[in-house]
Amino acid sequence: MKVPVSWLREFVDIPEALSGREVSDLLLGVGFEVEGVDTVGDVRGPLVVGRVKSVEELTDFKKPIRWCHVEVGAANGNADTPGIRGIVCGARNFAEGDLVVIALPGTTLPGDFTIATRETYGHVSDGMICSVRELGIGDEHDGILVLPAGSATPGDNAFPILGLGDEVMDLAVTPDRGYALSMRGMAREAAIAQGISFTDPGTQLAQLPEAGGSAVQAASDDYQACDLLVLRTLGNYNPAAPTPDFIKARLAAVGVRSISLAVDLTNYVMFELGQPLHAFDADKVTGTIRARRAKKGEVLETLDGVTRNLTPEDLVIADDARVLSLAGVMGGAYSEISDATTRVVLEAAHFNPTEIARMSRRHKLSSEASRRLERGVDRMLPPVSSARFAELLMAHGGATFEGTSGVEQAPNPIVIAFDPQLPGRIAGHSYDASNVEKILMSLGCVVDSSKSLWSVRIPSWRPDLAAAIDLVEEVIRIDGYENVPATVPTAPAGRGLTELQKLQRRAGLHLAGRGLVEVRNYPFVGVAEFDALGIPANDSRRHAVQLANALSDEQPLMRTTLLPGLTGALARNISRGFNDAALFEIASVSLLSADQSATGVTNPPRPSVLQRPSATDIAALEALLPEQPLHLGVLLTGALKPAALGVKQTPVTWSDAIDIALALGIELGVEIEVATGDYAPWHPGRCAALSINGEQIGYAGELAPRALENLGLPKRAVALELNLSALLAAANVVASAPAIWTFPVAKEDIALVVKADVVATDVMKVVRNAAGELLEDIRLFDVYEGSQVADGHKSLAFALRFRAQDRTLAAEEVAAARQAGVDAAAKAFGATLR
Amino acid sequence: MSAPNKSFDPVEVTTLSAKALAGFVKDAVSAISAASNLDELKEVRLAHTGDRSPLSLANREIGALPPAAKAEAGKRMGESRGAVNEALAKRTAELEALRDAALLAEESVDVTIATGVRAQGGRHPLTTIQEQITDVFVALGYELAEGPEVESEWLNFDALNIAPDHPARTMQDTFFIGSEDSGIVLRTHTSPVQIRSMLTRELPIYVICPGRVFRTDELDSTHSPVFHQVEGLVVDKGITMADLKGTLNHFAQAMFGEGIVTRLRPSYFPFTEPSAEVDLQCFVCRGASVDNPDAPCRTCRSEGWIEWGGCGMVNPKVLVASGIDPEVYTGFAFGMGLERTLMFRHGITDMRDMVEGDVRFTRAFGLGV
Ligand SMILES: [Zn+2]
Repeated sequence: MKVPVSWLREFVDIPEALSGREVSDLLLGVGFEVEGVDTVGDVRGPLVVGRVKSVEELTDFKKPIRWCHVEVGAANGNADTPGIRGIVCGARNFAEGDLVVIALPGTTLPGDFTIATRETYGHVSDGMICSVRELGIGDEHDGILVLPAGSATPGDNAFPILGLGDEVMDLAVTPDRGYALSMRGMAREAAIAQGISFTDPGTQLAQLPEAGGSAVQAASDDYQACDLLVLRTLGNYNPAAPTPDFIKARLAAVGVRSISLAVDLTNYVMFELGQPLHAFDADKVTGTIRARRAKKGEVLETLDGVTRNLTPEDLVIADDARVLSLAGVMGGAYSEISDATTRVVLEAAHFNPTEIARMSRRHKLSSEASRRLERGVDRMLPPVSSARFAELLMAHGGATFEGTSGVEQAPNPIVIAFDPQLPGRIAGHSYDASNVEKILMSLGCVVDSSKSLWSVRIPSWRPDLAAAIDLVEEVIRIDGYENVPATVPTAPAGRGLTELQKLQRRAGLHLAGRGLVEVRNYPFVGVAEFDALGIPANDSRRHAVQLANALSDEQPLMRTTLLPGLTGALARNISRGFNDAALFEIASVSLLSADQSATGVTNPPRPSVLQRPSATDIAALEALLPEQPLHLGVLLTGALKPAALGVKQTPVTWSDAIDIALALGIELGVEIEVATGDYAPWHPGRCAALSINGEQIGYAGELAPRALENLGLPKRAVALELNLSALLAAANVVASAPAIWTFPVAKEDIALVVKADVVATDVMKVVRNAAGELLEDIRLFDVYEGSQVADGHKSLAFALRFRAQDRTLAAEEVAAARQAGVDAAAKAFGATLR
Repeated sequence: MSAPNKSFDPVEVTTLSAKALAGFVKDAVSAISAASNLDELKEVRLAHTGDRSPLSLANREIGALPPAAKAEAGKRMGESRGAVNEALAKRTAELEALRDAALLAEESVDVTIATGVRAQGGRHPLTTIQEQITDVFVALGYELAEGPEVESEWLNFDALNIAPDHPARTMQDTFFIGSEDSGIVLRTHTSPVQIRSMLTRELPIYVICPGRVFRTDELDSTHSPVFHQVEGLVVDKGITMADLKGTLNHFAQAMFGEGIVTRLRPSYFPFTEPSAEVDLQCFVCRGASVDNPDAPCRTCRSEGWIEWGGCGMVNPKVLVASGIDPEVYTGFAFGMGLERTLMFRHGITDMRDMVEGDVRFTRAFGLGV
């Protein structure tokens, strides 16, 4: 909220020496964040009020010029004419006797324009008669600024009159402190911050004259929503009466445009005291003004020109004929104050904050009024603020007081039982009871400290104080957070990270250690991305959690796979000239079960917050959510190693993707099994299905050419995606020591010719099983297809290592084991030795 | 090879004379020094110590000497051979050193051309800062708590004393799943993990919860709809605001250096009471830039303090919603934005760098921040 320092000073003593920055620092200490401090107008130097004494029209020039004598009183004048200055002026919208603003020589106006005595049009011009625009305080009109007659004396300093030079603090007010959205509330906080006493303008009812007419009557049909409605009726209002400059200046400083006196005064009193007010043209009102629910089918054209359909959820202010306004949110166009209005009825009411918040949300309308009312406004303020308005409208708009009416249902005062030791127990720092009492009283609380458990009555302007802990906060805040000491609590012996948490780190370190670069993509995806990847229509990955309010219509879904994000990141890198990129991401995906809806349920559980939810409630809450396992995604293109002298760059191939998975498995002590896979978006002939103990965990290999083309990615890019949660869960964290056999090794190679579609790892498994326990290791070292083998066949060359635990193997033993493997392969796959 | 001379009477043998031996030694030593490489030296060695060398030939004559002369001749011969062998050994060592030096010179390469042949990977700084912060608290005895990103509205809002009409619940801030009434949201903060911890863990609770969160902000240089927070929660008997303050100071020092402190300013969060904003003392200028135009500080904009996060004492209503008796237990919670922390700690000027996945960005952070 914008707070002009001069306005604040009206309600609280602030040492003159304090700058706006220093005042805002005071308020920072009691919890108001300072967004900035600005000075109104960029004017320096002797700017004074003058009265035009004489005007001589000069006609010898191309344009009409005036040679004026201006009375500047105590602000000195020429040596020969004390108190009078001669000024040449090109504008014509002023007359002899008018009060104007004079920039005396030495004044600097906006744009760093310094006024000096100079000779022009045959006269010595000794200053300047200023316009609003030249002063930088508005651009409504070009002419000279003429002050209201009698509003000042020649020679007066013009700065305070124009609000120039005033410092305006921009302070952030937290949502619990609605009372601080006013000069009154901020002044109280400034008094508290300085530890000085405060006279509350919000409790001083203006003395209004005897009612001299017939007041519009008030009623409330819903005391739950509106428990206080006060109307003040005023007649004989002069709709042409100008808003006083100081009010205009203050409204401009807080960011409100001047409209008409009556409307300006509603805003002025709202910023002064905190009470939103609404002024109606009383002649447009038929019968009684009441707060009531809107009826189905009623409509209201609001001041912003929008016609709104109302429902019984809306609270309105209406008369006997029609709806006049959306209560506390925005007025209606029909009863708006116009330049023909001569009778004004002012509404000041107390509304249930929740009602206002809901209406504001429903109609997507947020106003200065609703912002205050939804935070809670002082229940006692409507009579005071409406009287203040009436007083001002009579003073500046010539209005006469016709009468007051009001209805209310008084609430019970809020009294909190308070243990004065509690602030100390919460802060870890003791507070004297007398200090606690003093702080509570400075807030406006009425404290009965006669018993050990105090009774604290909460002031009407602090609806946010509802429990003892709220008072604790106030005590600690006002005493100062800086007085709270610093200690470190001793936690019980912790168990450190869980195995899964440690393994997740290890997976990331392992992958980065292999030269992969981690990315963290947004989780939002869209159907077009699934289409580009070639994911089939019935694939479960398309059954994705759907956002109600996605930022982009293109990506309304939560990812079920990491590949869309990775392909996007890869494309960005390539577009920036990095054609060799090895990316990985570890993140959760959202997987709906077949019976979960993409848009959730219609009647979600909402357990009470007044107790721990039951096990059933907790289970029902969990059942709302998709499964969210961690996935690992890897996407590679180009060469894994960067180009360097003497190093041949080899592009990544399908096997690199599989290799990364297998190596990670080894790192985590898990044996990942590889089988032929067929799963979009992988190349159906170059896709490995990965599993652990028969459970499918992911896929690796080369991406399908169609998908790469759709995505604009280089040919032959390879990818891996697996369920990392499943992999980590299977990790063997406590490895068993291997038997280290030291007898000599016997090496044998075999080349088996099989049909081309036989899977190498299947052959290897069969040979391994048949060769028995003497076989220490088997490795595929060559695959050959060509003229040396029959058409449609390939040769698989395996290196075998045999070793026994307790003896040097005899040649016959090795030969027998080898032959057993060959025979088994022959039986299983029709393999022949090459 | 001739046999020992047995038919001779003992006679003076000229080749064993001192003078003759000295001559042989002199010839040998000079030939040894003249050898310019190991191959030449091998020739020299064969010529002067081999079977047919003058010394070897002379040696054969010793057997023919009268017994009285044998000893003296033998001694002379030993000395002579010793002198030659010593010269040989010395020259061998010299020539081997020369050969080795020449070999090394010949094999030398420009080692600088090897630069860059290793693929450089990297972990995202948002990952590693989460780990770094977690480690600070694990060292204090905390445990790492986690929760889902698609979260129930009840855990994200209701249980945290964020009333149904609180402005934060509107679609302007919160991503809803399906519709505004589905009861499912993308978590807007890591705070639901607090509730999960209180619902599932034994008291006392000391947990640290880093994670990804979501708000409906468009991506620009300082905002992102997806960002990260870290949140700490302690619930124990007798926990005070002083404990909160001390813990934050410890955290600040672990992350930003010895002696760095934090400052609390009154604020408001529905789930804490009292609530405070946390300011971090500027770890670059430590406040020296304040009112000192000669030494401005970019990190804190010469304010001396950097806004870091929010904190407070757990609101009793939140404890009640989790089934914890606020008359027995109190707690504190604090939370910080990790992108923001990275930005001021590492001088990252644009949020988008953390989002786009440019390999240059992540590689700069290596395996840890
Ligand atoms: Zn600094």
